Amino acid sequence: MNDNQKNLLDKIADLSSATLEAYNIRANGQSVERASTANIQITSKEDVSGIDITIKPGTKNETVHIPVIIDAAGLEERVYNDFFVGDGADVLIVAGCGIHNDGSESSRHDGVHTFHVGKKARVRYVEKHYGEGSGQGKRHMNPDTIIEIDDGGYMEMETTQIKGVDSTKRITKAKLHDDAALIIKEKLFTHGDQSAETSFEVDLDGNDCRTNVVSRSVAKDTSKQLFLAKIHGNNKCYGHSECDAILMDQADISAIPEIRAHHLEANLVHEAAIGKIAGEQLMKLMTLGLSEAEAEKQIINGFLK
Amino acid sequence: MLELRDVSFEVLQEEKPKRILNGINLKLDDNKFSVITGPNGGGKSTLAKIIAGIEKPTTGKIYFNGEDITDWGITERAKAGISFAFQHPVRFKGITVRDLVQLAAGHIEQDSELCTYLAEVGLCAKDYINRDVDGSLSGGELKRIEIATILAKKNTTLAVFDEPEAGIDLWSFHKLIGVFEKMHQRKNLGILIISHQERILNIADELILVSNGQIKKQGARQDVLPELLDIVDSCKFFQSEDGVK
Repeated sequence: MNDNQKNLLDKIADLSSATLEAYNIRANGQSVERASTANIQITSKEDVSGIDITIKPGTKNETVHIPVIIDAAGLEERVYNDFFVGDGADVLIVAGCGIHNDGSESSRHDGVHTFHVGKKARVRYVEKHYGEGSGQGKRHMNPDTIIEIDDGGYMEMETTQIKGVDSTKRITKAKLHDDAALIIKEKLFTHGDQSAETSFEVDLDGNDCRTNVVSRSVAKDTSKQLFLAKIHGNNKCYGHSECDAILMDQADISAIPEIRAHHLEANLVHEAAIGKIAGEQLMKLMTLGLSEAEAEKQIINGFLK
Repeated sequence: MLELRDVSFEVLQEEKPKRILNGINLKLDDNKFSVITGPNGGGKSTLAKIIAGIEKPTTGKIYFNGEDITDWGITERAKAGISFAFQHPVRFKGITVRDLVQLAAGHIEQDSELCTYLAEVGLCAKDYINRDVDGSLSGGELKRIEIATILAKKNTTLAVFDEPEAGIDLWSFHKLIGVFEKMHQRKNLGILIISHQERILNIADELILVSNGQIKKQGARQDVLPELLDIVDSCKFFQSEDGVK
């Protein structure tokens, strides 16, 4: 692995401290390193590019890392990864994509992740996106996440895109059965002329299922963001979506939350707020001796923490 | 020492200039504990904001330790030693109590030291240090954290508090008086508090009555306080007319 690849891996996956359990490292379109454990099997797909990750029922406290790194300019790929999380399992899945592009051609990674979360299983899914490189070539990442959570299952999804991704179109679709829960926390920072589009669609089909979709984002310079959140209450359920965005410079943010209730016991709430950094927040930090730029940095770092 | 020379402040109200402060002349000596009091809407908070650099005077000059700071911004004044506790503490998203007190202290402090500032304002540090400074805290809790940031800011030579007692419960109020008395023992520290509380007025060296944008009375507590209490009893005081001839 070259230095660029090592650096990308550092940014998107903390592999150094973790005792490596099941993992698959994909670099420039190829699986370069892989390990399975007794409980977690990783196998290549035969029909399309990608892997199947099969987690045995009852697997506890194990971690799966599946970072993707690209440092070859002009590489464009579409990858399908399927996660089969067995009943009663409790696992952490860390995915991420890092692109280093020093060339003039665009690099693109489209990842389609499908989660089948078993009965009473718990999954924490962490995904980081990062881009770097000196070339004119653009860095694009378009993740699709398809989630189905069986009875009593729980999934927490944390996605972070802080730097260097020129365009992203993120689609997350979920279907929840009885007593299932899905928590989504998204953090997004765009700058320059980047664009980010993020769309969530959650079907609350099961009795007493619930979801909470929270997005915090900052748009700087002339970047553009679009946030779409659709929650459909098809049973006795609770759904909440929240988009909280800080606007800077000449950036542009749209938030379009949608809630639809098709059942009398569906309880759905949406919140969306877009605005510049509150002047009084800057002032308070400045009275502590910070410059305006330092205060701004603290406020944004805290907001996206 | 802070000195205000002929400071006035105007705002536009319905496109007409409205004078909030009118020809304020004020000297605040180091080591002195001064309290500004007066009716609501009289210009007290504006005066505090002008000292902190949050508002710029329309006319007049401000000197701090002999230097003209009229055109200095908030940051420069904070670095020079002026600290300001907001009347309505600011809420943040994702900034914890630890972060805020740490920023006030200016360098990395041990948690144990940060905790002493919180303990001084009557907060049990372990319950608060990791909490966000946001709407999940009550008004009284935010107020105490605000005061803790002033205690943590070490370079302070003039501490300005805008109605520190507002929203604080009785037990904490007693403790708050103790905080100010302890601060007053520090050398080279001037304290300026905007307050309506007689118990805070009672521990001041000097009282300043601000009303209708002007200083109506200024002097040693023992001289000014009896007269002030008489004025406060008059109806005119509550109608924002100071009743002072």
